[in-house]
Amino acid sequence: MTQSLLQVRNLRVTFPSRQGEFHAVRGVSFDLGRERLGVVGESGSGKSMTGRAILGLVRPPGRVTADRLELDGESILNLPERRMRKLRGSRISMVMQDPKFSLNPVMTVGDQIMEAYRLHAGGSRDIARQKALEMLNAVQIRDPERVMKTYPHEVSGGMGQRIMIAMMLAPDPQILIADEPTSALDVSVRGEVLSIMDGLVRDRGMGLIFISHDLNLVSKFCDRVLIMYAGRIVETLAASDLHNARHPYTQGLLSSLPRLDAPVKRLPVLQREESWRDGELQIKLSGKI
Amino acid sequence: MLTIDNLDVWFGDPPDRVDAVKNAAFSVAKGESFGLVGESGSGKSTILRAVAGLIDSWSGRIDVDGRPVHARRRDRAFYKTVQMVFQDPYASLHPRHSVDTVLSEALGLQGMGDIDRRITKLLEDVGLGKGFRFRYPHQLSGGQRQRVAIARALAAEPRLLLLDEPTSALDVSVQAEILNLLVDLRAEHGLTYVMVSHDLAVVGHICDRLAVMQHGRIVEIMSVEALRKGEGTQEYTRHLITASA
Amino acid sequence: MSESPITRPQSRREWLLSDAPQTRRQARLGAIYQGWLTFRANKLAMFGLIILILLIFMAVFAPWLAPQSPFAQNLAGRLQPPSAEHWLGTDALGRDILSRLIHGSRITLFIVGTVALIAPIIGLFIGTVAGFAGGWVDQVLMRITDIFLAFPKLILALAFVAALGPSIGNAVLALALTAWPPYARLARAETLTIRHADYIAAARLQGAGPLRLLIRHIWPLCISSLIVRVALDMAGIILSAAGLGFLGLGAQPPMPEWGAMISDGRVYILDHWWVAAMPGLAIFIVSLAFNLLGDGLRDVLDPKGAKE
Repeated sequence: MTQSLLQVRNLRVTFPSRQGEFHAVRGVSFDLGRERLGVVGESGSGKSMTGRAILGLVRPPGRVTADRLELDGESILNLPERRMRKLRGSRISMVMQDPKFSLNPVMTVGDQIMEAYRLHAGGSRDIARQKALEMLNAVQIRDPERVMKTYPHEVSGGMGQRIMIAMMLAPDPQILIADEPTSALDVSVRGEVLSIMDGLVRDRGMGLIFISHDLNLVSKFCDRVLIMYAGRIVETLAASDLHNARHPYTQGLLSSLPRLDAPVKRLPVLQREESWRDGELQIKLSGKI
Repeated sequence: MLTIDNLDVWFGDPPDRVDAVKNAAFSVAKGESFGLVGESGSGKSTILRAVAGLIDSWSGRIDVDGRPVHARRRDRAFYKTVQMVFQDPYASLHPRHSVDTVLSEALGLQGMGDIDRRITKLLEDVGLGKGFRFRYPHQLSGGQRQRVAIARALAAEPRLLLLDEPTSALDVSVQAEILNLLVDLRAEHGLTYVMVSHDLAVVGHICDRLAVMQHGRIVEIMSVEALRKGEGTQEYTRHLITASA
Repeated sequence: MSESPITRPQSRREWLLSDAPQTRRQARLGAIYQGWLTFRANKLAMFGLIILILLIFMAVFAPWLAPQSPFAQNLAGRLQPPSAEHWLGTDALGRDILSRLIHGSRITLFIVGTVALIAPIIGLFIGTVAGFAGGWVDQVLMRITDIFLAFPKLILALAFVAALGPSIGNAVLALALTAWPPYARLARAETLTIRHADYIAAARLQGAGPLRLLIRHIWPLCISSLIVRVALDMAGIILSAAGLGFLGLGAQPPMPEWGAMISDGRVYILDHWWVAAMPGLAIFIVSLAFNLLGDGLRDVLDPKGAKE
């Protein structure tokens, strides 16, 4: 982690509601280098909203504020939609949970990857085609020529997610944000997709933000893990240190999972405490800064 | 409590017929908790739905409490014996019905009297207070919704509860609460469970025995102890165990 | 998962917006209040609602509001332009147009109200039964619907009125009979998406029969989208009613029905524009109001909009 690709300081996302303002993200700060950063939390913890805020995908009436939100030293906070759109895809990409909803159902897979590439890199159709085939190869799709001609409904979930990854990585972005990329997949496919993503991110020296509810998965797959609760980061850990987590919330999350190798009669239940929401937190922004 | 033999379930008519379950057979003793595991499309939920009478197109034998069930029509006695909890608590509660409406309808349909007292009791049983009685689904969290769905299933005082991935749409901490609740309820009411899940650890926690399914067939039936030791006789079982470890 | 004990007296607003209602009544009123807040946020819809409330007010108090009798003829003062005495002028028989418009609002409301009640109910019934039963029942009911849909609405209404004889009651009936097919379509489509929902399966497992499923589970979900659709269709219904009036097949003279009034003014439209224009304006304003209201209702009732 020599320099940081993305700097986030005091990021807040607020939505107006009938009972006053609802704060989805409340002052999140972190740095992302060329590393794999996991963001873990339960539903409503603000983990997805953090990813969306970075990508400029929070829709009005939601509001995003931050002291600093910089990509490679350049502020990307509340950019006009036109510039943001250029940025998305070319420099930051996102892989969503369900490929079924993220792929255009009436375009062939090949056309979509080519379009994604040409939108950001330009070039002729032939070059785009070459690139698309290369990307499909990179995500270990065996017969890319055939897959190029298929429509999204003709491919399986795991294949769809691999295509999504191919599409998102075609323009060589610096950062990939993956929001629950494997939750819709079966366990046996999950590992494969993850290792493909992992390999690509490593080879290209990209930064990865991996958003997930699955602590164990994240710990296996990432370098560093942020644990979010009620819109804040309550703990930052090296993934290898996960089982030495200090915050009671993290500990609670870990112990509430049933385990095949350690059967218990009753699962420990997480007792949420009010102090987790607003209490003092001792968090270093990153291990080495 | 439940015996299934030679069960085939299909969707559609030839030539488009899809066989979702092929030649399934297992039996679940009274008070036992049985798991069905497999990946999506393996036919595990389909078996549950056929047992519940939500799918008509099946052949073979389904015996509940020693008596064969009718292929299409189920009588009130059946619904008093068998109830089901669905996967997605966001889709299994009627958006315009309050908790009170849901539970009083369930109780009313089973011809139970003293509905007020019973609703209070049901809500207590599933760990929701009286204060939840008049809420609408949108005023409940996912875990609370699932508790309401469980209360609804319990309203008929069934003996066999079919659980279709009851925690897969929930957060892990909420999953722990619901799993504990299910364990408690089984002990209190002497229930028999058949639970479908893709999560081996969850099945390992709740069940005594399980069947592993792949492509509509039961690959093997094993005990949870064997599962814990990773002792699948079939290649596919071992693959599943390593993948989810 | 804790019940918040009431430590201080709640304001009425808090009581209504409470996420933990204590009684059935509080829950119901709360749901209504939530809807009202959503509706109120839509300024244009509020504008539509105010116009419609004014219209109803006008219809109820017509005899007291109208400056003159709608039937009083004054041949000496015919075709007078708008003036201090006759705000909206007079028509070919010297009747005060404003008074006629005010009284005409009763007829308009009667037509609209009756059609809006009959057509969606027929549509809801046919559509949900077709969607829920499926199979041949669906086929038969939908083909009947198709037949009705195959004719232009006004032509079909004309045929009905021609057969039944021109009168305002028959006009209403004809309009209702021609207006239901789109509602049947809509209700069927909704039913098809609902009928495989888990909560329907759950109710079935409770032992609920088809009739109960239809009435208690499916209707409440279809009704909201029907209401929205009806509100949006109102403008069309008013126009069709006016069309029938214009063609002389609806309200009969001397009833001050707005469409018939335009028809009367047609002859003088070049020299005495107000005779036709004033009722036209009235139809326009009321149609617009209904459209705006429909938009607001969609915000409130459309389940897709009802997220957290």
